[in-house]
Amino acid sequence: MKISVSVNGVSQDHDVEPRTLLVQYLREDCGLTGTKVGCDTSSCGACTVLYEGESVKSCTMLAAQADGGSITTIEGLAGVDGTLHPVQQAFHDHHGLQCGYCTAGMVMAAVGFLDENPSPTERDVREGLEGNLCRCTGYHNIVQAVLAAAEGAK
Amino acid sequence: MIPAAFEYVRATSTDEALAVIVEYGDDAKFLAGGMSLLPLMKLRLATPTVLVDVARVSDLSYINDAGDHVAIGALTRHRDLETSQLLAKECGVIPAVAGQVGDNQVRHRGTLGGSVAHGDPASDLPAALVALDATFVVRSGSGERTIGASDFFTGFLETALRSDELLTEIRVPKSGASGFNYQKFNRRAQDWAIVGAVAATVGGTKRVALVNMGNTPVRASAVEAALAGGATVADAAMAAAQGCEPPTDLNASVEYREHLARVLVRRALEACA
Repeated sequence: MKISVSVNGVSQDHDVEPRTLLVQYLREDCGLTGTKVGCDTSSCGACTVLYEGESVKSCTMLAAQADGGSITTIEGLAGVDGTLHPVQQAFHDHHGLQCGYCTAGMVMAAVGFLDENPSPTERDVREGLEGNLCRCTGYHNIVQAVLAAAEGAK
Repeated sequence: MIPAAFEYVRATSTDEALAVIVEYGDDAKFLAGGMSLLPLMKLRLATPTVLVDVARVSDLSYINDAGDHVAIGALTRHRDLETSQLLAKECGVIPAVAGQVGDNQVRHRGTLGGSVAHGDPASDLPAALVALDATFVVRSGSGERTIGASDFFTGFLETALRSDELLTEIRVPKSGASGFNYQKFNRRAQDWAIVGAVAATVGGTKRVALVNMGNTPVRASAVEAALAGGATVADAAMAAAQGCEPPTDLNASVEYREHLARVLVRRALEACA
């Protein structure tokens, strides 16, 4: 089936099998491999992207369901001149990553979360990111990074 | 993991969805948010040959004041329940429980109707709806009927819905902005409840329902009867597991679940006393 989506502001038109998962579509048809497949069971959040501005797990959504909508992936956050998005910069400044595998999903979940709750408490951040696992257990700095990004946006 | 191949049909109205499901019969399944169905399809535990995507049937996403109850369209997402001012005022237990479903990403996609129609006894919202005696409106090509929450859930992942019927609306009796509590016990954030207990005050009496204590969401009738008979919360909660047939799995034995039910019901009742 034919689908048309906007990915990071760029129109994409592809012919896909109905069973194509959004994460497969982004990685294999759009060539955007920043979005990772972790658990593949909607538990870990590594595949988190924004669909219509809200965080979703792209391993548990069909590309067909996204037809006509807009998607933002980790590749779409930084400015064209390479300037990092404030949440990316905060992860950098606060060392909010260890091995980095969860990072793309963690950053996308944080961007979506801060859009819904711009002034979170530490507990809000921890609950807001409950759908994202860091197997290095680097949560402390991730939470600090998200709080710093929220503070910086004021 | 990739689902088995299927044909994808997108319906844009309730009538169109009902016509398509009749055309394809038992091999077709409705797809709403996909938070329950897609994981089953990826594991190939479910292999429908046709998916009828109803997520864009826009007239099934609403939260309306309907006098003595709040009418919720079946495609209303958990996120919209969680943030609804109307529900917070008229039926506060629903947003409170909706906020405990899965995680943010799941709540952005998952729908109330999908959760109900899936019929998983470990789901949070069905137990709340059973506690409140909600009514479900279902439609097929031959008309509309209503089913009470206590008659709707018939077994593990089984409901009174026929294969040609679509759940369209959930009617939740008004129970106010306070006097409720949900105790969800799990080992990790975002997990299913190993056991959950919903307590709510409706018209001055306490209602209690349990998550994951049987093949369906169940009312803790023995607890309600004990409270009505004047028992203390602590004594009434001891009856929480009465009549329940909870599952045994990796997370908990039958005995442990029964213990959890008693403790969680007591906590829930104490919190909404």
